Amino acid sequence: MSVTETALPEPLSAQPALRPRTAHPLLRFVLRRVATGLLTLAVASFVVFLGTAVVPGSPATAVLGRLANKQVVAQVDRRIGYDKPLPERYVTWLFGALHGDFGNSAVALAQGATSAPIWPIIRDPLLNTTTLAVITVIFLIPLSLLLGVIAGLTHGRLPDHVISVLTLVFMALPEFVVGALLVVIFFVVLNLLPPVSLLSPGAKPWSDPQILVMPVLTLLAVSVAWTVRLVRVGTIETIRTDYVQMARLQGLPERKVVRRYVLRNALAPSVQIFALSIQYLFGGVIVTETVFDYPGLGNQLLQAVTSHDDTQVQAIAFILAGVYIAINIIADLIVLVLVPKLRTQT
Amino acid sequence: MRHRLRFARTRRGQFGLVIVAIVLAIALLGPFVSPHGPSQLTGAPGAPPGGGHLLGTDYLGHDVLSRVLWGGRSVISLALSATALGFALGTTIGLIAGYSRGIVDSLLMRSVDVILAFPPLLFFLIIVTSVGYSEGVLICGVAVVQAPGIARIVYSATREVSVAAYVEAAVARGETTAAILRRELLPNTLPTLIANLGLTLTYSVLLTAAVNFLGLGLQPPAANWALMISENRTILSLNPWAVVVPATLIAALTIGVNLVGDAISISLGRSETTVDARVDPAAAIMQGNLIATPQGPET
Repeated sequence: MSVTETALPEPLSAQPALRPRTAHPLLRFVLRRVATGLLTLAVASFVVFLGTAVVPGSPATAVLGRLANKQVVAQVDRRIGYDKPLPERYVTWLFGALHGDFGNSAVALAQGATSAPIWPIIRDPLLNTTTLAVITVIFLIPLSLLLGVIAGLTHGRLPDHVISVLTLVFMALPEFVVGALLVVIFFVVLNLLPPVSLLSPGAKPWSDPQILVMPVLTLLAVSVAWTVRLVRVGTIETIRTDYVQMARLQGLPERKVVRRYVLRNALAPSVQIFALSIQYLFGGVIVTETVFDYPGLGNQLLQAVTSHDDTQVQAIAFILAGVYIAINIIADLIVLVLVPKLRTQT
Repeated sequence: MRHRLRFARTRRGQFGLVIVAIVLAIALLGPFVSPHGPSQLTGAPGAPPGGGHLLGTDYLGHDVLSRVLWGGRSVISLALSATALGFALGTTIGLIAGYSRGIVDSLLMRSVDVILAFPPLLFFLIIVTSVGYSEGVLICGVAVVQAPGIARIVYSATREVSVAAYVEAAVARGETTAAILRRELLPNTLPTLIANLGLTLTYSVLLTAAVNFLGLGLQPPAANWALMISENRTILSLNPWAVVVPATLIAALTIGVNLVGDAISISLGRSETTVDARVDPAAAIMQGNLIATPQGPET
């Protein structure tokens, strides 16, 4: 039993967010959490850079071929900056990246372009991916709260069994299988939606909502299963706590017990669950975007990987890892504000 | 032995076992009954079922049924090898870090944290960028992505056990560290590892299949269900069976393994009545956080 207090807690909203008594440890926790986050990001940037830069075979050899003239390769390497020592390249790259300057696309330079800044190349894909993720989250949160709470409240009975088995099924489905089957249903059989989500350059995805339907459905299908599962577990746990038993013993109507004590306390931990699923979305988009040829960051990353465009891989991987880490920190802080109990423990 | 097979008595476990058995039978026995070779051109590309092709032909004119019957072996062998390697790697790291304490401990576990700070597929793509792609990279890469989660479970299990009296007794007897790790600590982490086996395997199938789908694993003309889905998307409206059948088989495999895995972890002490968000392994594993050791009361 995780909560041992017997008194009824005040409703969460009635507690001021920052009380003078707890402000200091809270602040310390926030600072520590942000500091470890920045440290993780620094290490992650190092891994990203090292992973893509300490490779035998620079982008120049990838573009010009293994048998290319050594002199030409050296010349291209110099233009990309591959002739400088590694630590210097890392520092230059990191400082640029922190200012939003990710340097030039290595492949474009090797192909003879004089300048090919990466940021303009990945700006639109980043926006498209964010759009996809945000729309998915807008549907994900109410849907998983609804199903999770229903399953939790009917624990051990039919609705719970149906929802639990369905989540087990859906969480095991790969994105590309769901995506491919959706295309078969909505394009081949029903002929309702386009099979690929193509966008003309510069166009915004929301200008053609049709192309968003199947990618969003795919991401929802694979992410809603685990959020439902976790919300269900949180609800069941809360029902078992002493304060809910107490509220029942006091003779409060069941509906009031559920709304006031179960839901409020079950929902706070859900913040972390949703953070995890948003994190997943930023990783899971790689496959989903490929299935539908959606012009997002994941698709762009895959193209960069296959064309050996190291600098572009670095930039996109850095952004994705940064988002991943940032969401983690934000979730921890929101939970801290929502669950006063945790403040005294930190 | 009977209590170990308890999972097979639950309905979910039985259902999962049946599905897995069917898919395994198709994958392993399929090549023996296949009407054509997997890369034998037998007709016009993208033909619908008919004319000696029960499921039609694929984008190059191969018989889809034959490629389905041949294409399961690599799905299963890749996932199994990646899981085995991931378990070996993760268990070694977790045991050493959990027993040694001090600088080795923090060094190993911080490296684990770094890998967990990346989306799994992204980390794999970084590996691919640096070393290129091949079957070997696929297996090792997926193993490296999975090892941190396993290392974390083994680590916490080892930390718990390493203060036990029988470990101290072994130290006092003058046993070598290797012997202590193998004989005293490893057996105690096994239940947790087995509880996670099915779910790790599900994840392994998902990840290896995704990589093959992205074109960063096996290369055509290899017959592989994930690859088939990817390469036949262009002829989807001509012969949808070339996508639907392999997609259904992969889905059946992962769902079946997941059901069995869930039944196993429930039967191994994670009873359904003591729920905890942190110990729902099925949910945790998908996020790379394998935490399945039952939590004691909070202090």
